Amino acid sequence: MKNQNENQEVDGKTSLPISITDLTKTYGKVFALNSVSIEVEAGEFLTLLGPSGSGKTTLLMAIAGFNRPDSGSIVFGKKEMILMPPHKRDVGMVFQNYALFPHMSVFENVAFPLKIRQVALHDRKMRVAEALDTVQLSDFANRRIDQLSGGQRQRVALARAFVFRPRILLMDEPLSALDKKLREQMQIELKQLHRQLGVTTVYVTHDQREALTMSDRIAVINDGKITQLGTPKQIYNAPSNSFVADFIGESSVIPLEMGDSDKLFFQKQEVARIEKNQSHRLWSLVIRPERLTPISANKKHSKNFIIFKGKITELVFQGETALAIVQVSQNYSLSMRYNTKAAGTMEELAIGQLVSMSLDKNDVIIIPRES
Amino acid sequence: MTKNVQSQSANLNSDLLYVARRREQLTLIGLTSPALICIFLVIFIPVGWLFSLSFLSTDGSLSLENYQKMIEYKSYARVFQATFKVSFFTTILCILIGYPLAYFLSQLPKKYVGLFLLTVLLPFWTSLLVRTYAWLVLLQRKGLINNFAIEVGLWDAPIKFAHNLNGTLIGMVHIMLPFMVLPLYAAMQRIDRQTIHAAANLGANPFQSFWNVFVPLSLSGVVAGSLIVFVLCLGFYVTPAVLGGGKVILVSMQITAILEDQFNWGAASALGVVLLVATLAILILASRLLRLESVMFGRH
Repeated sequence: MKNQNENQEVDGKTSLPISITDLTKTYGKVFALNSVSIEVEAGEFLTLLGPSGSGKTTLLMAIAGFNRPDSGSIVFGKKEMILMPPHKRDVGMVFQNYALFPHMSVFENVAFPLKIRQVALHDRKMRVAEALDTVQLSDFANRRIDQLSGGQRQRVALARAFVFRPRILLMDEPLSALDKKLREQMQIELKQLHRQLGVTTVYVTHDQREALTMSDRIAVINDGKITQLGTPKQIYNAPSNSFVADFIGESSVIPLEMGDSDKLFFQKQEVARIEKNQSHRLWSLVIRPERLTPISANKKHSKNFIIFKGKITELVFQGETALAIVQVSQNYSLSMRYNTKAAGTMEELAIGQLVSMSLDKNDVIIIPRES
Repeated sequence: MTKNVQSQSANLNSDLLYVARRREQLTLIGLTSPALICIFLVIFIPVGWLFSLSFLSTDGSLSLENYQKMIEYKSYARVFQATFKVSFFTTILCILIGYPLAYFLSQLPKKYVGLFLLTVLLPFWTSLLVRTYAWLVLLQRKGLINNFAIEVGLWDAPIKFAHNLNGTLIGMVHIMLPFMVLPLYAAMQRIDRQTIHAAANLGANPFQSFWNVFVPLSLSGVVAGSLIVFVLCLGFYVTPAVLGGGKVILVSMQITAILEDQFNWGAASALGVVLLVATLAILILASRLLRLESVMFGRH
């Protein structure tokens, strides 16, 4: 809280919006960025999510000023940045391998941006102490970088990136070098820090779970294009294409048959209706494994559920849940994640067993299918 | 229960494992001994012999005569002074010329580095003597450089490049440069480019990020290169002898002179011992410095 108040005193603004228009960058004949446009709101936590080579890092580096796009515009607030060299952009950045200065102490690392900005020594000390306090490293100011653990280095990099109160913060897979437990802890800490600082944050990751945990909005990037932009819930619950459906969370995708009218069927059950006069004729059904529930075969069910029947071909116990692969037709299998505790109430599932699964029609996701 | 298991596993196969470990150690000693014997024969025995010679006077009796002379005669002090001065200036010039060159190499795209490194290493493949005499041809009074400059009108009278300190330094710097560039390049190569990006991101302009980040991180290379060049210069003979033209007398040349003129092995050995001790002292000092630096910069 303390930080936020001080930040606002600087000049009334803690964060700037970023407006990117038609940004294109090619390497040879390959589009790293293909006419990307995106508006990042002031104070927002936006995640660029995509597989490696999708262009997400290229986009971040273009925002930071480390690569020069072929065309397009990058505006911070109202100021065009496309030709601005990196040291004049005034954005904080956390690099993938932290990029700390190995010849400086923790204090000197964090003080570096203040020293460059010729902040008076007294103020400098105060602000570094404050930043180190925020990342809980107050006792480590005099340590050398090689005396720190991965998590501590991460925090130093973070403190260094926000100590000069930038109004935009960029992070390039900052947690990828940490082990799972520490990563999850840092995700929550980063989220809290973002709330505390209120700074516009652009975060790059290939970890969909991390993106879902931390973001206000997620931009899913593939082949140099933004394929879907939305809140984590929108992205997860309503993927707009097969790439997003496949990349975010686990999912099974099965083709649907088009009825005479506007109805879509799977094994003669009506699954969904599409708008009339839709030109697209081919559709698929996306099913999240946890939305399927095992039911006893004879049980009556309401019209609101779709029933799949099949043979269990694989069972994986994963602690609180278990995953069953169920073959529902010649060519297609569905994954079902079920609660191991709840499953105890009915007979244990086993490989080779026939099983019925229900899917709430509210959970139906349909996406257009190519060819 | 667990204690039982532990004590059991402590004894299981322990004899066999001990024998295997011993055998491995013996094999290692066996394999390294030829090299160790070679080093002993080629280095320690001659150096030891020199050392003992230095304590013999001309009539063959044991004395400190040779060392006393070195303190008494001013000429010895001048020779040592000249040796350290020439070595020092050569090292400084090598840093001044080598640093930008190594920086250029470190910034090149990977595929061109090999080509440019080759140009740095090429002189290594020609004889030292040939290179030295080539400089003499270029630098002497009526050499290529003076003739050309006078022809073009850069200067009127020939400038004395050869047979003095100028020539000695030019020749030595040329020959020593690769020994400076290679460690410098290696150190610069190790610098993570992300740290330079980080400096820029934090607001440092190109000069500031170079000065505050790149230079400190390349210092280990400067120290290593300087050390190699300085120590090699201390005992350098051919180039200063040819290009110095007798005006610049270094320890190595003094040793030759004593041997040729007086055939005094004792005095020559004493000079060699003093030079060796001075070199060792510098090496020890520098290794302290290096360790200090590795502590400061977190490099191992």
